[in-house]
Amino acid sequence: MAAEIEYTNLSGISGPLIFVEGVKGVGFGEIVEIRDGSSEIRIGQTLEVDEDRAIVQVFEGTSGLSVKGTRVTFVGKSLEIPVHRDMLGRVFDGLGRPTDGAPQVITDNMMNVNGLPVNPWSREYPRDFIQTGISAIDGMNTLIRGQKLPIFSGSGMPHNLIAAQIARQARILSSEEEFTVIFAAMGVKFDMARFFIDSLEESGVLTHSAIFLSLADAPSIERLITPRVALTLAEYLAFEERMHVLVIMTDMTNYCESLRELSSSRGEIPSRKGYPGYLYSDLAAIYERAGRLKGVKGSITQVPILTMPSDDISHPVPDLTGYITEGQIVLERELFNKGIYPPIAGLPSLSRLMKDGIGEGRTRKDHAQNAAQLFASYAKVKRIRALAAIVGEEELSELDKIYLKFGTAFEEQFLSQGHDENRSILQTLDLGWQMLSLLPKEELYRVSMEEIQRYYIPQDERE
Amino acid sequence: MDNMLTGKVISVNGPIVKALGLQGIRMFDIAEVGPDRLIGEVIRLIGDVTIIQVYEDTTGLMPGDWVISSCRPLSVLLGPGLIANIYDGIQRPLVGISKMCGHYIKKGVKLSPLDVDKKWEFKPLIKAGAEVKEGDLIGEIPESPLVMHKVLIPPGVSGRLATVAGPGEYTIEDELYTVENGAGTHWGKLAGYWPVRKPRPSRRNKKPFIPLITGQRVIDTFFPIARGGTATIPGGFGTGKTMTQHALAKWCNADIIVYIGCGERGNEMTDVLTDFPKLIDERNGRPLIERTVMIANTSNMPVPAREVSIYTGVTIAEYYRDMGYSVAVMADSTSRWAEALRELASRLGDMPAEEGFPPYLATRLAEFYERAGLVETLSGADGDISIIGAVSPPGGDFSEPVTQHTSRFVRCFWALDKILADARHYPSISWTDSYTEYLQDIEGWWKDLDDQWLSLRGQVMGILLEDNRLQQVVKLVGSDAMPPPQQFTLFVAEMIKNAFLQQNSFDPVDKYCSPEKQLKLLKAILDLYTKGGELLQGGTTVKEMAALDVVSEMVRLKSETPNNELERIDDYRTRLAQGLDSLKERKGEV
Ligand SMILES: Nc1ncnc2c1ncn2[C@@H]1O[C@H](COP(=O)(O)OP(=O)(O)OP(=O)(O)O)[C@@H](O)[C@H]1O
Ligand SMILES: [Mg+2]
Repeated sequence: MAAEIEYTNLSGISGPLIFVEGVKGVGFGEIVEIRDGSSEIRIGQTLEVDEDRAIVQVFEGTSGLSVKGTRVTFVGKSLEIPVHRDMLGRVFDGLGRPTDGAPQVITDNMMNVNGLPVNPWSREYPRDFIQTGISAIDGMNTLIRGQKLPIFSGSGMPHNLIAAQIARQARILSSEEEFTVIFAAMGVKFDMARFFIDSLEESGVLTHSAIFLSLADAPSIERLITPRVALTLAEYLAFEERMHVLVIMTDMTNYCESLRELSSSRGEIPSRKGYPGYLYSDLAAIYERAGRLKGVKGSITQVPILTMPSDDISHPVPDLTGYITEGQIVLERELFNKGIYPPIAGLPSLSRLMKDGIGEGRTRKDHAQNAAQLFASYAKVKRIRALAAIVGEEELSELDKIYLKFGTAFEEQFLSQGHDENRSILQTLDLGWQMLSLLPKEELYRVSMEEIQRYYIPQDERE
Repeated sequence: MDNMLTGKVISVNGPIVKALGLQGIRMFDIAEVGPDRLIGEVIRLIGDVTIIQVYEDTTGLMPGDWVISSCRPLSVLLGPGLIANIYDGIQRPLVGISKMCGHYIKKGVKLSPLDVDKKWEFKPLIKAGAEVKEGDLIGEIPESPLVMHKVLIPPGVSGRLATVAGPGEYTIEDELYTVENGAGTHWGKLAGYWPVRKPRPSRRNKKPFIPLITGQRVIDTFFPIARGGTATIPGGFGTGKTMTQHALAKWCNADIIVYIGCGERGNEMTDVLTDFPKLIDERNGRPLIERTVMIANTSNMPVPAREVSIYTGVTIAEYYRDMGYSVAVMADSTSRWAEALRELASRLGDMPAEEGFPPYLATRLAEFYERAGLVETLSGADGDISIIGAVSPPGGDFSEPVTQHTSRFVRCFWALDKILADARHYPSISWTDSYTEYLQDIEGWWKDLDDQWLSLRGQVMGILLEDNRLQQVVKLVGSDAMPPPQQFTLFVAEMIKNAFLQQNSFDPVDKYCSPEKQLKLLKAILDLYTKGGELLQGGTTVKEMAALDVVSEMVRLKSETPNNELERIDDYRTRLAQGLDSLKERKGEV
């Protein structure tokens, strides 16, 4: 191999990009090392290569770089990180370098952070119910092992508390095995990351977790690599070491903003709200790394967290995420303001993999109908509340008033629970029937007569 | 013979590669790029520069790398063995790839789309010496228990059938027959290539007249599509596009299904792959996989191949149409295809029109849907292709370009409604925003089943539209404040929604509803409307009617009546009449 050539001829710097002239033999997507006067080495990647020019994106940002005095070498391969099970219990920066003082794990196992697309033929359809202990999730928006189920939140809402509660409580009913947790933070504040780490530590989960932090003060472009680094370790642990990995990524909105920044500094034609037209495909390359593989024991379950700017679910980030993930847990400002924790919105939340993971032999036979009926009845509550706001509650029919009572009970008893309250799925389902029993039997048309006979609590038996 | 051209890469920008030195290469020819021989297609020629769209990850590719081309257009291989198979966007067999490289798709993999070693049982149906022309039948192969594969003289070939193989087992590469004419000899095999971007010829277009029965009530009864028709399902995320496409792929009465997962989830293809071999078609007792071809270019697979996937799919559909079959193509989602087009256009520096999409978006959409239709094939038989394309509008807003343009080129519009989906009313196809233009075309078919069909449909639709109008008032005053006749309309409309429109795809009985059952359910509902209306005149209240057990039983009729036990609905109608009469008697006594 010829020695690496150092190039010094930069023709420009723009945002996170540098333009290097006179280059030969450089490949698309190759890793680049950039040195300035200091001892620091920055890492970058080629975004476009011409006969004698390369456009390079610099992950640590270009702040402090100048056209003169910057030296660039092309490494000849794509970005790789070492992967090893000893990386559990450790803390890394957004590019996968240890920040906890201990040295980098030594291993020959290097993996490309971009991963490879899974062959759809090789996937195993996810079916194992994960009990999170949270009724709104387990009962109505079930999380399945290998699913990608994001939390759509808004600023100030308790998405971190919920994610931490999931990380602590997640269990598979049929097995003792615990989840390995990988936590990737993009552009969040240190205290938030601290909260998460402490919470994992208190419950003893930290020893089998790996933490990747690209905090708010790190260069924004670094965030584009963080989820990829985290998922690369996740893939190794899940599919080589056969672990069940739960990946929590926060905040995907920050990730998307970094991508928008990069795209605009390249002068690309934007699509909605300035985000690049390829945002969908870019996010898909991250979210589709969740799942299970045929004949392999491990799994990757993803719970990405994103904040919806102005609580707007049609904003490109939640919108495109919803188009890729297998459902979404939506937090609702109104419930939050009423003091309900977790403020999981009844109607827009959805788990698409729920259908195959519940029912007889998995949770309980009536689960699907129970959930469908709760959704339908709660939808009616919402309509009646809108009406009550106009005509006044007194003007409502008797039946409508019963619905309002059901609505309140549903929010205060079923949705609402403690930060450490861990309900079993049977408790959740029974609670669901308690709620439904507040309504007259004739109103329950999503459940079967048989189920009504078995679970419905007639008025005279209620305390 | 093909001539080989070689050139050199001069720049790489994602999937767009520019090369020099390929003089003589034509638009849409295939080129192999770099040391991994990545598959690409020529999409533009500017002076000496050839612009190639590469269908695989170009990481590591560099200026100076070789490009070679044998000057053949990007094509699909058509022959027996397509059925039950699953391909990526450029027809690489995913099963073969997984055997070769494990769970992940590696680049540069080259595999024949069809098994070249498999022997097929061929039965000739014509003797040597006959004069033949394009579309003529040479013989048959049982491709799957559901599909009899017809071996036809390919388009553009005619002459004297000089030889034809006897009955026996042949591979797709064996020579089966020869056709001689002035120009020379054509050697016929079981499989042949066809360029994906070129529609296969037929004799003429015909007007569709048979409905594509889907077993989904809101579609068949209210917004039917004809065999050979086009439909679109626009809807925001989670509103039910994929579920509807899956339901149609499972239960519609086409002979062949081509399911294209275009830029969507990997697990949804896995779902089809695990379900279809197990699901049994009630009509013939065979697993659904035996009539299905799958194309999967999921969202994480290379974007340019997503652009081709819908052409790959529709070309395969045309191939079976030419055998005289009725083919249904599901494309989920055409928005992801349009986005692929946009991404490539933007890398090429094309001037964008609306929302960054290139100005030729509308033309491309039109060309795609134009490949649907009922035709007289070259062999003189009828064959048809129905295309059902999902659209994923950003923010669920139908005013965006892909929904808007698509609605100009399709004749069925199944609008998914977020509010219905949130209330778990599935399928959440809106009965106010959807439409179909096939009603007149297929009316005759339904009339043969029941000459009241159109009138039943009209009455029920009328109630729903009246309900829609009344709901505006209900929002302001509540339903209790409405006069009894209007309360009654609201009550019946609610019944139509719950007992008829709503259909759960996971319900073992209700997932498929036969046309006969649809008719009977409509009649039961209209019984309630007519008889109840009379009672109302006599002073019976809506509450009294609603309290009858037999009335609340109506919502469960759909899931408690299997398609082969429809007499249950007749019994029910008798009991309903009795129940309602009992109210009249009670009134009489007072
Ligand atoms: N007919 C139906 N019966 C029962 N459930 C349904 C039906 N249609 C939709 N659903 C429910 O809605 C969920 C979302 O449906 P689906 O996956 O088809 O949405 P989509 O429109 O394809 O969304 P995306 O654009 O994100 O792919 C399903 O997982 C299922 O729970
Ligand atoms: Mg879908």
